[in-house]
Amino acid sequence: MSSLPPYASTGQKVWFYSFRVICGLIFFFLIAPIITIIPLSFNAEDFFTFTPGMLALDPDAYGLDHYRDFFTNPDWQQPLWNSVRIAPMATLLSVAFGTLAAIGLSQSHVPFKGAIMAILISPMIVPLIISAAGMYFFYSRIGLQGTYLGVVLAHAALGIPFVIITVTATLVGFDKSLTRASASLGADPVTTFFKVQMPLILPGVISGGLFAFITSFDEVVVVLFVGSAGQKTLPWQMFIGLREQISPTILAVATILVVISIALLTTVELLRRRSERLRGMSPG
Amino acid sequence: MTDNTADTPAGPVLAADGRPLKASLNRALRAQKIRALLLIAPLLLFILITFILPIADMLFRSVENQIVRETLPRTVAAMEEWENHDEAPGEDVYAGLYIDLFEAAEFRRHTRVGSRLNYEMTGISSLFRQAGRGVGRFDTDIYTDQFTDLDAAWADYATWTGLMGDSAIRAALPETAAAFDTWVRITIEANEDDPAEENIEDFVFFSLYRDLAGSGYSGSNALLSAAADAVGGFDSISIRDQFEDLDEDWLNPELMETIWVYSPSYTPGYFLTAIDMQLSADGITAQPEDRQIYVTLFGRTLFMSLVIMGSCVLLGYPIAFLLANLPMRVSNILMILVLLPFWTSLLVRTSAWKVLLQQQGVINDILVWVGLVADDARLQLINNQTGTIIAMTHILLPFMILPLYSVMQTIPPSYVRAAKSLGATDWTAFWRVYFPQSIPGIGAGCILVFILAIGYYITPELVGGRTGTFISNRIAYHISSSLNWGLAAALGSILLGVVLILYWIYDRIVGIDNVKLG
Repeated sequence: MSSLPPYASTGQKVWFYSFRVICGLIFFFLIAPIITIIPLSFNAEDFFTFTPGMLALDPDAYGLDHYRDFFTNPDWQQPLWNSVRIAPMATLLSVAFGTLAAIGLSQSHVPFKGAIMAILISPMIVPLIISAAGMYFFYSRIGLQGTYLGVVLAHAALGIPFVIITVTATLVGFDKSLTRASASLGADPVTTFFKVQMPLILPGVISGGLFAFITSFDEVVVVLFVGSAGQKTLPWQMFIGLREQISPTILAVATILVVISIALLTTVELLRRRSERLRGMSPG
Repeated sequence: MTDNTADTPAGPVLAADGRPLKASLNRALRAQKIRALLLIAPLLLFILITFILPIADMLFRSVENQIVRETLPRTVAAMEEWENHDEAPGEDVYAGLYIDLFEAAEFRRHTRVGSRLNYEMTGISSLFRQAGRGVGRFDTDIYTDQFTDLDAAWADYATWTGLMGDSAIRAALPETAAAFDTWVRITIEANEDDPAEENIEDFVFFSLYRDLAGSGYSGSNALLSAAADAVGGFDSISIRDQFEDLDEDWLNPELMETIWVYSPSYTPGYFLTAIDMQLSADGITAQPEDRQIYVTLFGRTLFMSLVIMGSCVLLGYPIAFLLANLPMRVSNILMILVLLPFWTSLLVRTSAWKVLLQQQGVINDILVWVGLVADDARLQLINNQTGTIIAMTHILLPFMILPLYSVMQTIPPSYVRAAKSLGATDWTAFWRVYFPQSIPGIGAGCILVFILAIGYYITPELVGGRTGTFISNRIAYHISSSLNWGLAAALGSILLGVVLILYWIYDRIVGIDNVKLG
């Protein structure tokens, strides 16, 4: 498939190239919407399409107005600040609980492993609207609805499956004899954990944490129900903006978020390679 | 097998410390298990509280219906005696309803039960709201006047506390005792007044009249005996007529039937509503045509999820095939094109589609510019099913490509080459050899996309308009707008059931442990 053999018939050649064109079109479908909004966000006017000036590459047709609005308008700054306050706390909780549990789960004799795993993974499987409904009902009963703590707990619960999955995957390749060696040299379990095990599983923990972070940072359904106006996050503000009066500032926000996701994607990819190299699974 | 341990002493094998090896091993294992469980316990507890209990709460709310019985206890109890359900019940039920509504109105609970019953029969809410104001103005004051005319002591709070402190009298006058307790509770808790300084409400005298006129009084209390002798000559009113004066609908048997049908503490009513059925006097029947929306909505959700799943297979298969068969270096670079949308915020992708698909948006502009579409006939691509399907296919495509890709990577290329060397055409080699081996990937991807699609909320809400919405949008509507939480919970429980069954199938095919990220 990677290249055309010299003896290929005309039909095979036609198919080979048309298949590539089809794939190219699908890649275009995948990536074009994300790419298109980037130039649109520099539109000097309040339009959602390319103005004639933009197509003519007239510098006057481009501007940073929408970015200026994002960085000065309290309607956007307050949600940004809320997101920045909520996501790291939720991530911290998911990573702390999740890593501990993943280490427990990777021991060789865990009773009810299947059932425990199913419960821990369940926040990822249950549709968000159902989690949101349940949390809204239950958190209103116990007075957590509409509080910062409620949103953090809800987001931590949603992020935990990602931490569990990535950290257990890392632990699969972990060589148990290393902890035994450390113990035989006189280290207590805590020292062994922090000096031997932790550095080795750190890539998995960090990428699990990044997943948890992006889950919380992107999440809108649960916060919409569990939170109140005081916890309005960036995605929530975008959701309102898209539903009610759509303002071009959304495109500027979207562009910034795309840049953040590219940064996160790169980090996760680098960590994955490092982790695989450490475990000797691939030359990377 | 020969026993080659014949020369060792008989009995269990011993460990170094002299214990049997088996016991020793068990002990070590138990310690290991406990350690593992201790590591897991904090998270398990955390998930139970923050996630599992909320889900359980939702399931509970989908059948819970205590509000009617709690707010209208006397009415419900009196309805046990109601025999002919084609006619409005008798005086007893309305007497109970009068006191229940009076109490509920004082505690401002009558509107809540009104809105609850309004889900089942339109119009009840306003009836209850009106009755909350009306019951205080019923003509029951004639009893108050007649009792106090008979003996002024009846107006004294002290007289009442004296009578009600006597358990024999309480037993002889059960309705009166309950009504008096209710009045004291209303005065203290709802109005924050001192009962001793307030006038005793009419409904207490009304109950006293009913007790004395109904079963008389044969005790030794002089005040009560005098009253019991006098009630025969009292003017009386029909409380049922009072309700009729308030609104004729109160005598509508259907209304009373609705209260009766929804009086149990647990009801299948919400689930029945969620499948377009209803609980009525004749048992379970179909909803009237114009209220049948949920089966259609579930059907549409399933249908659109299937379409989205199908388009994801169509678009994802070639990409996964290409990625799996290109050299690692190239495919890693192309993989970024798949992972970037995967990592990009859902809201970003939805806003991109919202912008692109608008009538004045980029796609319509291009179509007009190319000449495929006239400027005055721009395509309606958003706020309908098309919009939802396009945007969600784009959003869920990576979830199809990634499992397909990981399965395709494991298919040895030599099989296809072997097929070709045996004379198979390209198509036969693909269809008979390669494709069957990629089916597990298709299965995994399809179920994953389908599970994600049927629970989607944000994208259908933003680009779906009226015709492209899913069941989840209806759930959200019932939680935040119509406040019919029970119905929202029932719809959610059904959706949860569907997802769990699909997930169980997914676990069977792929296994939870094989969930890969990125």
